[in-house]
Amino acid sequence: MIPEIGHFALILALCVALVQGILPIYGAAIDNAALMSVAKPAARLQFLLVLTAFGCLAYAFAAMDFSVLYVAATSNSQLPLHYRLAAIWGAHEGSLLLWTLILTIWMFAVTLFSAHLPEATRSRILGVMGLVSVGFLLFMLTVSNPFERLIPAAPDGRDLNPLLQDPGMVIHPPMLYMGYVGFSVAFAFAIAALLGGNLDAAWARWSRPWTTVAWCFLTVGIAMGSGWAYYELGWGGWWFWDPVENASFMPWLAGTALVHSLAVTDKRGGFKVWTVLLAIMAFSLSLLGTFLVRSGVLTSVHAFATDPKRGLFILAFLAIVIGGSLALYAWRAPRVGLGGSFAMVSREGMLLANNVLLVAAMGSVLLGTLYPLFLDALDLGKISVGPPYFDSVFVPLMVPALFLMGIGPLAQWKKASVPDLAQRLKWAFGVSVVSAITLPIVMGNWTPMLSLGLLLAIWIVTTALVTLRERLMHITGSSVMERLASVPRSYWGMLVAHCGIAVFIVGVTMVKGFETEKDVRMNVGETTTIGNYTFRFDGAHDVKGPNYTAARGTFSVSRDGREITVLYPEKRRYPVQNQIMTEAAIDTGLLRDLYVSLGEPLDDGAWSVRLYHKPFIDWIWGGCFIMAVGGVLAISDRRYRPAWRRETQEAPAAVETARRKYA
Amino acid sequence: MTSRQKRFAFIGLGLVVLGVATVLVLNAFQKNLVFFFTPTMVANGEAPKGQSFRIGGMVEDGSLKRENDGLTVHFVVTDTAESVPVTYKGILPDLFKEGKGAVAQGQLAADGTFVASEVLAKHDENYMPPEAAEALTKAKASRAQGSNTLVITQ
Repeated sequence: MIPEIGHFALILALCVALVQGILPIYGAAIDNAALMSVAKPAARLQFLLVLTAFGCLAYAFAAMDFSVLYVAATSNSQLPLHYRLAAIWGAHEGSLLLWTLILTIWMFAVTLFSAHLPEATRSRILGVMGLVSVGFLLFMLTVSNPFERLIPAAPDGRDLNPLLQDPGMVIHPPMLYMGYVGFSVAFAFAIAALLGGNLDAAWARWSRPWTTVAWCFLTVGIAMGSGWAYYELGWGGWWFWDPVENASFMPWLAGTALVHSLAVTDKRGGFKVWTVLLAIMAFSLSLLGTFLVRSGVLTSVHAFATDPKRGLFILAFLAIVIGGSLALYAWRAPRVGLGGSFAMVSREGMLLANNVLLVAAMGSVLLGTLYPLFLDALDLGKISVGPPYFDSVFVPLMVPALFLMGIGPLAQWKKASVPDLAQRLKWAFGVSVVSAITLPIVMGNWTPMLSLGLLLAIWIVTTALVTLRERLMHITGSSVMERLASVPRSYWGMLVAHCGIAVFIVGVTMVKGFETEKDVRMNVGETTTIGNYTFRFDGAHDVKGPNYTAARGTFSVSRDGREITVLYPEKRRYPVQNQIMTEAAIDTGLLRDLYVSLGEPLDDGAWSVRLYHKPFIDWIWGGCFIMAVGGVLAISDRRYRPAWRRETQEAPAAVETARRKYA
Repeated sequence: MTSRQKRFAFIGLGLVVLGVATVLVLNAFQKNLVFFFTPTMVANGEAPKGQSFRIGGMVEDGSLKRENDGLTVHFVVTDTAESVPVTYKGILPDLFKEGKGAVAQGQLAADGTFVASEVLAKHDENYMPPEAAEALTKAKASRAQGSNTLVITQ
């Protein structure tokens, strides 16, 4: 009964979404207030309906209702409750329901925080989001229904893939989807602005906090996925340029460009057309990501079932959304105008360079990801594009962008002078170059890449300090603390996010430069030394988990004769799917990780073992979290809040003019 | 600079970045594309010598042998028509099993052994990597047509 209620709620949600997608947009076009006022209650109702459907599916999982096909396929009676609930998004159908739920959550948020928006704009935004929702609901109801019954019911479920039975599963997909789907808000703002023809600085200011929030979620989501792959897959890598990773990385690159381009549109009224295009691009790439990951065209951990009908549906949906919005863009954008002019060397110029480089990098990732698919589809042979391709294209494109990142915040808007910038940055540059050359020598391994990485990281931090110092000198205040407090939050946000990038670069550089990896055969009592750490294998014994059995190895790690820690890596066997899983043991530290994973059992209790020493690897994810913290700081700026309240009062007059002008 | 000159400068800058990106992409493509060959294609001598490529198929039952160091393994990948001996030093993925699909990346040695630098297996018990599945289907199809596939006597 409960699954039928969920199914029914989805059908109702589709009806509401159709109403929400059509009436308010039409109402905004003919300036009919009654039609426009439908948007808000419709969005809220749709949220409640999808939430109901999601709750019903969650109930089916919690109650182990194996008469529901999806539950039987991804769950099992031995699976602990938290993983049964996480199994909701353990495969295709449920992930789509999660996607739709998150879309309606964003819609609901828009209805809550849009009191300052003109009625027509809000109606169009919610209308566009409603149309996106129609696509996904239709998809679920036609070819991918999570509530489909299995009659007769299965005695027990096929279980969740053991690889996914991990705390990462509980949090990584929702985070990532919050980011993916969050770009739908920026997209809806852009489309609404195109429809209304009122692309101005106010539009950028409204859209900015939404975009930044989505970007923060996506950043954290990707970092979590990367961390999860690191400890779960047992290969010790943190990024594989796997197509699925690329699928989440491309919207991130476009989103990062969008965040910067919105800054120019907001502050200077420039880049309008470009900003709109980036908003369309970021969301289209999110949809493409969903398509790539969920259609099964890719060989990956994330691809579940291959069903050509589903692939076709998503492909058609993708074509309609991307094609439609680009057509609208081509039709409307020329009317928008280009905004203020500026010199090559200016903050706008630097931000433009940042955008061009980020989009070029995104394009090269897109090419490397899609090219093998195209060749395969045209039957021209099977190829794979591996990490070396991405490394050799991505790094050269990012280096100038990272260098400019140090200069951009110091350059004046409109026109800056090169000698002046050089004068202000000479100390930062000197310090960076000297430390980038000497540090690797001190650490005992000089390579050009090591120096380059450190140079960029130190450059970003030192220039941030110079920027902050100059900013403080312009503020009047008695004490340093007082001056620090009067620096706007959005400014802190930018500095923190940039320093996050520096931390990330340090992590990547140090791991690449100093990691040690060793595959060895170890007998009981034997020792192996890597990077000053001695690992002694004390044998393996069998243990029993809630839904698996495992061989657990014991490794004592010592340094200079002093014992540091004992690690217990496991080789697990999950009987339901008869699958073997490697559970690595990691000793995490600020400056290094020690990583042990078991290979295969050999004769006489010996095992083949994989040992890693990974310096600074946690800085990679730490850097990502710092970036997200920067984003959160930026949106907590007073600039957005009082502006909202102020605009609420001014809004009625503005709406009237806006309507007369554009309707 | 007049605004027209400025616009040209911007367009020029954009084109330069685009050009550099294209050169990088083409260059990297040329060096790093990895092609896929089935065991039959390898047996026919279509696979390149001295260049890295991928082969896929089923791991032949009973072919997995381990050397004394516990790390070097030998196995045979087959598409049921032809088979290629593979050597790999390192830890095999969890799902690597005899009788299941696998894909290996590496180079062909002079004696016809495929020296793998990487062995891939998919994380799902029922799953056959698409490359491996294709190798099997192709071999089946060509046998059905009675093609003149060479058979190596070992």
